[in-house]
Formats: sequence, structure tokens, C-alpha cells
Amino acid sequence: MKGEVLSLIRANRCTASGKAHDTYEMATTDIQAEVPSVPSHQANARRRVSRHFNFTPWLFLAIPLLIYFIWVIEPLFYSFYLSLTDWDGVTNPTFVGLKNYRTLLQDPVLYISFLNNLKVLSVFLIVPIAGGLSLAVLFNRPSRTVNVLKAAIYSPMVLSFIVIGLIWSWFYLPNEGALNTLLRDAGLGFLAQSWLSNAHIAIFSVTFAACWRQIGYVMLLYLAGLNTIDPTLVEAAKVDGANGWQVFARIIFPLLAPITTIIVIATIIDSLQFFDLVFIMTKGGPGYASTVLANFMFTEAFTNFRYGYGAAIAVVQFLLSFVFIVLYLTYMLRKGADTL
Amino acid sequence: MSMPLESSLTKQQARPRHIEAQRIKHNWRFYIFAIPFTLLWLLPVFGVILTSIRSKEDILYNGYIALPAHITFSSYIEAWVAGNVSVYLLNSFLITIPALFATIFLSSLSAYALARIRFRGSRWILMLYISGMMLPYQIIILPVFQLSVALGVYNTLWAVILVHTAFQMAFCTFVLRNFMVTLPGEVMEAARMDGCTDFGIYRRIVMPLTLPALAALATLEFTWIFNDFIWSLVLLQDDSLRPITAGLATLIGQYNTNWSVVVAGSLIASVPTMIVFVLLQRYFIQGLTMGSVK
Repeated sequence: MKGEVLSLIRANRCTASGKAHDTYEMATTDIQAEVPSVPSHQANARRRVSRHFNFTPWLFLAIPLLIYFIWVIEPLFYSFYLSLTDWDGVTNPTFVGLKNYRTLLQDPVLYISFLNNLKVLSVFLIVPIAGGLSLAVLFNRPSRTVNVLKAAIYSPMVLSFIVIGLIWSWFYLPNEGALNTLLRDAGLGFLAQSWLSNAHIAIFSVTFAACWRQIGYVMLLYLAGLNTIDPTLVEAAKVDGANGWQVFARIIFPLLAPITTIIVIATIIDSLQFFDLVFIMTKGGPGYASTVLANFMFTEAFTNFRYGYGAAIAVVQFLLSFVFIVLYLTYMLRKGADTL
Repeated sequence: MSMPLESSLTKQQARPRHIEAQRIKHNWRFYIFAIPFTLLWLLPVFGVILTSIRSKEDILYNGYIALPAHITFSSYIEAWVAGNVSVYLLNSFLITIPALFATIFLSSLSAYALARIRFRGSRWILMLYISGMMLPYQIIILPVFQLSVALGVYNTLWAVILVHTAFQMAFCTFVLRNFMVTLPGEVMEAARMDGCTDFGIYRRIVMPLTLPALAALATLEFTWIFNDFIWSLVLLQDDSLRPITAGLATLIGQYNTNWSVVVAGSLIASVPTMIVFVLLQRYFIQGLTMGSVK
């Protein structure tokens, strides 16, 4: 009996191939043969239906797919059309060809925003991964006290970006703000700053607030990864005379590579979507000093009512992340090929 | 965005208290670093809490880093009543709860069809959901805005509920389908033999067995939908309809010189997700590591 169930599951897993379908039919027949009480006409009827068009899955899928199509799939394609139009949000969009893109390529704000996205990305690649990994390695011990400390470190994950933005805006307040006061008390008064209105560092101040949340998240993912590492590997290396650093660099870190890959790709995609914190902390200012692509698009569309132009920015942003989205999905699907 | 992972956290055993004390003694070098580090990590939070219970005059006179001259909760009352936080918080729940139920219910329907019924095109539909999982929301903002105007739901909570339901469906369907695929088929076949319809199998067998995954997913989705900012910013215009995240953005404009009120509002805004986190932490973490492709 167990064998049949297994083959059923296996058949379940390769839905598309005809071969799998045969396996399924066979398995079903086997089970039926074992249960004599089933009226045979019922089984026949079922098999007859399965040769024709099967309505059942579509009854389950109709409403979800309809909503998904209307609110996600169709808008995705419509964005591309909108980017080729002039649209003020009230009258009908008028088709203008590639005009928006030509204007966009000459717009200095595009380059400022893109550069800021790159700044966010570079900090986001280094700080949370280094910090999260070190914390995960340090806090990877089974103890009730450590669990409480870990929970405290990743608790910012449940706060909204708006709350995080306000907490850090408070922390960064200029003049007598908390951070500046602490720096002066520590004898580091020369470092005191207008953290959010200094054009050179505003974007980094904002990114650091994001790191506060991200480090806990990355730590959590690495902790999950560390739990899958076979402790005998580490023991064996220690017996062979490897020191702590060697165990980490030669065994633990390479074994965590799949998680690191996923974190890196997802970080790139996230950095291109960076929006909430900039909106609440600096509004992109001073001037355009901390504007990122998402804020640029939002301002053009909803403040300047240039929706077609906004759509063009959105398309550029989408195309920039598209490569990484495809990379992420293929990586995940390849790893999970047997469950598909 | 979520990050699927191939394993779930191993449960760490709770230890009797005396053994725990021994461990702390044994690892004192670790704790002498870890405890101050964690406190420092939460410094901005402690600072914000202190500011929220001090008066504006006290802060002006003593600066932000100081103990309260006297404790007052007037900032919380100000934020709650005059700052409209009570209205914003109610709106957050009016959006989050229907969207949460709708997205999980609809996703479970698709997930069942994709995981347990063989039919032509199922693979394509699954791919359609998977590709929506990582979609940057910016690419659909403007068409969704236009669509909500065209359908007459712009500036109503319906618009926000609908778009959350649709946008979260991709991830939920993927996670639930992956869970349902692993359920043993034996019971379902037996039920089918006894004349149970697919809907009966879904309702009586698959859904009860999927409860752990549903709990983890619901915990995670609750925080995501509750904390969302962009959709309410784009789809709502009336201040009286704003959820707490967009409401706080209004509050900072209104009280930009009175930080006690702003941070009091932020702390109130964090209470619901913090409660979920403290009570359902296990599910929350399971959810994060569950988009798993095992």
C-alpha cells in the first residue's frame, strides 16, 4: 500500500508529463482493485470525465485567478503601454511613442536616483550580511536567555518602515538630538551632524535605519541555515586541528553559500524597491540628494501629475530588477525541481 | 519581501532553570558581550519610549537624553484623540482582517487545485503565480490607481483590500501549494472512493491538515498587510480612511515640532504587530522560512 501512495505522490509532483499521468492511473487502479466495495460504474464514470475536459480545477481557480489577473497581471502589461503615453490622470492617455524615455534619459534626477539606489545597495550588501552572519554565529547556542536576546534583535522586523523611519528620525534629530547628544557625551562631539539634512550623508543615514531591521532578518535566515549543518563535520575539523576561524571560513561559510546567494539576490531586488524610509525620513531631500528611483517615480506621477513619465520610470526600474527576479526564480525552482 | 529557505528552525529545547544558570556561569564571556550589545541595539526604542512619557517643556529644558522630570501620558492621549490615531488604527484593522482572510482563503483554493488535481495547464498557472511573487509593486502602481478610479473604488477601503488580496495571493498560493503537495494522498483517495467530491476533500481533509501552514502564513501576512504604506498612500485620499502607517505620515506633518506625540503615535502603531510577534513568534519564524522548497 505504501508503494502506491509513494507513486501517487511522485505522480502528483510531475503534473505536466504524460508519463507521470500513466503512473497515476496505474496507482489509482491498484488502489481500486484493493477496495472491492467501490461501485465500478462510479469509477468508470470518473475515468470517462478525466479523458474529457476537467472542470473541477477551474471551479477552484476561477475567482482567485480572475482577481489576480485584474489587479496584478493586467496592470503589469498596462504599465508598459502607459509609459508610451502622456497622461495627466484625468483625461484619456494620449500615445506619444518613446518621448517619455527620451526625456527620461536626459533627466539628471534619473542618474542621481539610480546612484542613490546603488549606494543603498552597496551598504545593504555589506552591513546586514556581515552583521547578520556574525550575530548568527555568535548567538547560535541553545539556551533560553539567548533566545530572548535573539528575539530582541530581530524584533524590529515586525515594525513597519514608517515606525522605523520615525524612530530613527527622532534618533537623528539635528542639534540636540539623541545621537548628537550621545556623541558629545562620549567626547566625539566633532562627529555630531544634521544627519538627515546633510546632502552627503542623508541617504546613508536612511540606509542605516533600514539595516537595523535587515540585520535581524539576515541573522534569522543564517540561524536557520546553521541548524542544518551537521555538527559532526565541525567536530571532525576540530579533531583535525582546525581553529575557530578555519572552521568558519572553510566549513561553515561554504555550507551557508545557498542562503548567502538567496540573500544577495533578494537584497538587490529590495534595494531597487527602496521607498518608505526615504519618503518618511527625508522626502528625497535635501533637494534630490536622497531621492531613489521609487520616490522619483512617485513624485513625478502623484505630485507633478505626469503619469506617463512616472510609468516610464517604473518600467526602467522593473527592467533593472528583472534580471535578478529571473535569477532568483530560476535558482529557487532549480533547487525545488522535484516538488514541481 | 519574503525569502524562502530550505529548512525550518530546529526547535531548541527548554532547559531546567538550574542547568540554565550553570550555562550562564560557564559562558560568562559571551553574556558579558551579548547582553550589553542587545540593550544597545534597542537603544533607539528605549529612547523613544522615554521621550513619549515626557512633556514638551521637559524635553526643551533637559534635552532628549534625560530621565523624565515627571511621567506623563498626555502625548499618548494627544496622539490618540487629536492626532486621530484611534481612527487610523481602526482603519488598519478594517483593511488587514478582510484582506488577510480573503487572500488566504482564495490562495488555498488555487493551491488545492494546483497541488491535488492533475489537469492540463496547471504548470503554467503555477508559473504565473510564482512570477508574481517577486514582482516589484512599483510596476503596477499606476495602472492599479487608474483601475481603482475606473471601477469607482478609489478612495474607499475596498480598493486597498482588493489590491492586498490580489498582490499577496502569489506568495500565499506558492507556499500553500508546496505544503499541500507533501500531504499523503492515501486519505484523499479513500475519501474519493467513498464518493467525496473535490470540494469535500478540500474542506474536510486538506484544510484541517494544512492548519499549521495556514497559521504561520496568516501571522506573516498580518504583519505585512498591517505594515503596508504604499497602497494606502496611492489609493486613499481622505484622512478619515487612512490606516495607521499613512496616518503616521500625516501625524509627523501635523506635530513636527512635538516629537513626544509623534513617537507616542508610532509606539501605539507597533502594539498590534508586537503582540502578534510575542504571542505567535514561532509561527512567524516558521512562516518566514516556509516559502521553502524542500
